[in-house]
Amino acid sequence: MTLDTVKHAAETPEAEQPWAELGLKQDEYARIREILDRRPTGAELAMYSVMWSEHCSYKSSKVHLKQFGEKVPENDAMLVGIGENAGVVDVGQGYAVTFKVESHNHPSYIEPYQGAATGVGGIVRDILAMGARPVAVVDPLRFGAADHPDTKRVLPGVVAGIGGYGNCLGLPNIGGEVVFDACYQGNPLVNAGCIGVMKHEDIHLAKASGAGNKVILYGARTGGDGIGGVSVLASETFDATKPTKRPAVQVGDPFQEKLLIECTLEVFKEQLVAGIQDLGGAGLSCATSELASAGSGGMRVELDTVPLRDSSLSPEEILMSESQERMCAIVEPDKVDRFLEICEKWDVIATVIGEVTDGTRLEIFWHGEQIVDVPPRSVAHEGPTYHRPYARPDWQDALQADDANQLARPTTPEELRAQILQVVASPNQASKAWITDQYDRFVQGNTVLAQPEDSGMVRIDEETNLGVALATDGNGRFAKLDPYAGAQLALAEAYRNVAATGAKPLAVSDCLNFGSPEDPAVMWQFAEATRGLADACQTLGTPVTGGNVSLYNQTGEVAIHPTPVVAVLGVIDDVNRRTPVAFAQEGQLIYLLGDTAEELGGSAWSQVVHEHLGGLPPKVDLERERLLAEILISASRDGMADAAHDLSDGGLIQALVESCLRGGNGARLVVPEGVDPFVFLFSESAGRAVVSVPRSEELRFTDMCGARGLPATRIGVVDGDAIDVQGQFSIALDELRTAHEATIPGLIG
Amino acid sequence: MTARVGVVTFPGTLDDRDTQRAVRVAGAEAVPLWHRDKDLKQVDAVVLPGGFSYGDYLRAGAISRFSPVMESVIAQAKDGLPVLGICNGFQVLTETHLLPGAMLRNESLHFVCREQKLRVENADTAWTTDYTAGQEISVPLKNIDGRYVADARTLDMLEAEGRVAFRYLDVNPNGSLRDIAGITNEAGNVVGLMPHPEHAVEPLIGTGRTDGLGFFTSILKKLVNA
Repeated sequence: MTLDTVKHAAETPEAEQPWAELGLKQDEYARIREILDRRPTGAELAMYSVMWSEHCSYKSSKVHLKQFGEKVPENDAMLVGIGENAGVVDVGQGYAVTFKVESHNHPSYIEPYQGAATGVGGIVRDILAMGARPVAVVDPLRFGAADHPDTKRVLPGVVAGIGGYGNCLGLPNIGGEVVFDACYQGNPLVNAGCIGVMKHEDIHLAKASGAGNKVILYGARTGGDGIGGVSVLASETFDATKPTKRPAVQVGDPFQEKLLIECTLEVFKEQLVAGIQDLGGAGLSCATSELASAGSGGMRVELDTVPLRDSSLSPEEILMSESQERMCAIVEPDKVDRFLEICEKWDVIATVIGEVTDGTRLEIFWHGEQIVDVPPRSVAHEGPTYHRPYARPDWQDALQADDANQLARPTTPEELRAQILQVVASPNQASKAWITDQYDRFVQGNTVLAQPEDSGMVRIDEETNLGVALATDGNGRFAKLDPYAGAQLALAEAYRNVAATGAKPLAVSDCLNFGSPEDPAVMWQFAEATRGLADACQTLGTPVTGGNVSLYNQTGEVAIHPTPVVAVLGVIDDVNRRTPVAFAQEGQLIYLLGDTAEELGGSAWSQVVHEHLGGLPPKVDLERERLLAEILISASRDGMADAAHDLSDGGLIQALVESCLRGGNGARLVVPEGVDPFVFLFSESAGRAVVSVPRSEELRFTDMCGARGLPATRIGVVDGDAIDVQGQFSIALDELRTAHEATIPGLIG
Repeated sequence: MTARVGVVTFPGTLDDRDTQRAVRVAGAEAVPLWHRDKDLKQVDAVVLPGGFSYGDYLRAGAISRFSPVMESVIAQAKDGLPVLGICNGFQVLTETHLLPGAMLRNESLHFVCREQKLRVENADTAWTTDYTAGQEISVPLKNIDGRYVADARTLDMLEAEGRVAFRYLDVNPNGSLRDIAGITNEAGNVVGLMPHPEHAVEPLIGTGRTDGLGFFTSILKKLVNA
């Protein structure tokens, strides 16, 4: 095959090109020809096709994502916002924290182990590329029905992949979620988040400036894995009639990534880096075009200098390869030797592949012949924008009218008791220790809290005990009932979870998992969810600093529940003040904070007992969330509460069971006068938490709640070895523990 | 004066910084040692920390044993240098034959991370004098290749000579023979175990217990009093 050079392309305008096979639409191909004023070369076509894919260009979502920038709240903490590899926030004492959540959904369905593993690898490199040492990871996961045979294939593979990769990197896994729902059967959601810490002055950005500076590719050799992964995998609905896509999933090498982390931190420390970008989706196409686009000049790359695992790769394949564990750095010429020396120390292959020019084009050569000559912005930042049609689906009204509050409720204390055991043992409410015990939560020696705590928390300064907390939450059932409210409830829950541990919520990252944007109903869900999230972030003062959109999560015509997953980052001045969920002290008083209404729409109870999804989700009251958070933080700081647990899916009873089991103590409870015991225990009203208060602090605590106007109801005392609801029922902790802990191992183990 | 405790970093070592911290918390000086460097910098003791050295793709610890730093560690350990191998470090010590036996994949075939109760069976080694024989401690455990195996004769010998230093209590997390969590060499200067004492040296962090600190205070006392 002859090389398709720029010259050749100009001479052969009529040559047939496989733009459709590469996922481009006809008008997109026409636009590329217009930009270049000729047909693209094969290499250029490869670059545009991956960079203009949904995954890289956000072409369907960006008109909605704009709101996160437009509605950005006043927040002094924001140092770097949307658009970089990850957002950065100030957490005080000169520290900056970067964090982000991403999806690796489609690859994880095809090849669960590698899909999940490389998802961890990718998010860690994003964080690293900001100049930060990664300090913790979290994994929000969603699978099909727990008892479906394919879940037995997908879940263990995903969990082993996350563990196999993350454990080898030495990053504590401190949080996340595991949710089962039949809607994720063919589209599991494998989201991965990472937190990194640096000093303010160490922030690095992805841009290539300074003519003459060298472009260094370092890390793993480039191979044939993941080619077309971006355009083919992330932007296409699964279809049984097409051939298997296994080869398009990348294969990870965590050992190489560990070396890359240490090597990169060392070159940062010696200030050898002028700009940096990790290689993720779209590989070199993405890294070179984004670096050049964000910089001041052009870039010239000698593609044949790229170290290969497979010498038969074509230039197009090299540009598209998504081989893992690679980074691209811009380095001043006099620092190149030292840079290469550090790479050699860590046994990391590093190669100068090009340089920054004073031109305006990204130019790529193959053995001296030019195969790419493009304006980098047109590849990286000026991809197509779609205003996809969206419309509220016609079934939405009927869904909301199917009121869960009308479902048959338990009529006797015995029935209530039985349903509690049923809910606590259901896959979504059951203990996830079988999964999370396959992740190392201790490494690095800074883990203060890890799952199943309300948020993960790590110390970032050993002298001052400054720490950060991260919680991720999402509830696809709520979002299905009302995507606007559902997105806000996800934020509210994560915000509450961070505050429950004593940390002050600062900023947000999101992973927006939806079906096909070509379906107006899905697009409406997306538009509503982003609008809801942006509005709520503005009200709560927590800006969205970055995130990820995953579309086409559907099989045939059936989309997943709209599932915005929201991560909230918080800061705590002294980790010694953190509040765990465990009721560890007998005799302490249990207070319920917030108001309980009759809200069962989308609840765990309605799912487990009635297999029902309908009605409206719980009402959102963001001012109440903010007040609750302030109270929880004050209680933590001033030692007024020894335990706190947010109330969410499963309601009060779920929170009490978890706090009791974790502390090894029971609780004696009284249902407040005039309240229906069933609603009291199972309603999922937002803006609530339970706390355990030492008797010596009771007055101070209730005074504080009273003065600030937060309802605080004393509902019982930590005592005994059962959960005993006066006049209703008693369940021994042992029975609860068995119910709670046996389910997942029984189904999956 | 204080003791200088070397902490080796292989490529893929993960718990080196944690171990250095544990050494400092105990009051000793932590000295980083690099896998390519034969020079042990005249340290008084060496810890081989946990991780996945060289990726552990071949067999845990199988490549590390051939690294330059290990040449010196092996030679000096035979002359009495105190050496503690934690997790991957224990695997390296068995590969070098400084300690007998070998580590296989956990019986469950899964990585396991948990708080693990142990009984200190031998409180006379260089690393355990701050414990009492029979003392029960709880420290984190996290491994995938943690199933200790050896032939019956070796196991009998270890038992007879009091060289089983730690045994798992309540739960045997990986299927180790005779619940063995850690062992010592005949002289008591080389100790290896799968659980992670370096993750249990500060209240609040990790399990919130400090049961692992005794390893590091034991060696400090031994070296300072020597």
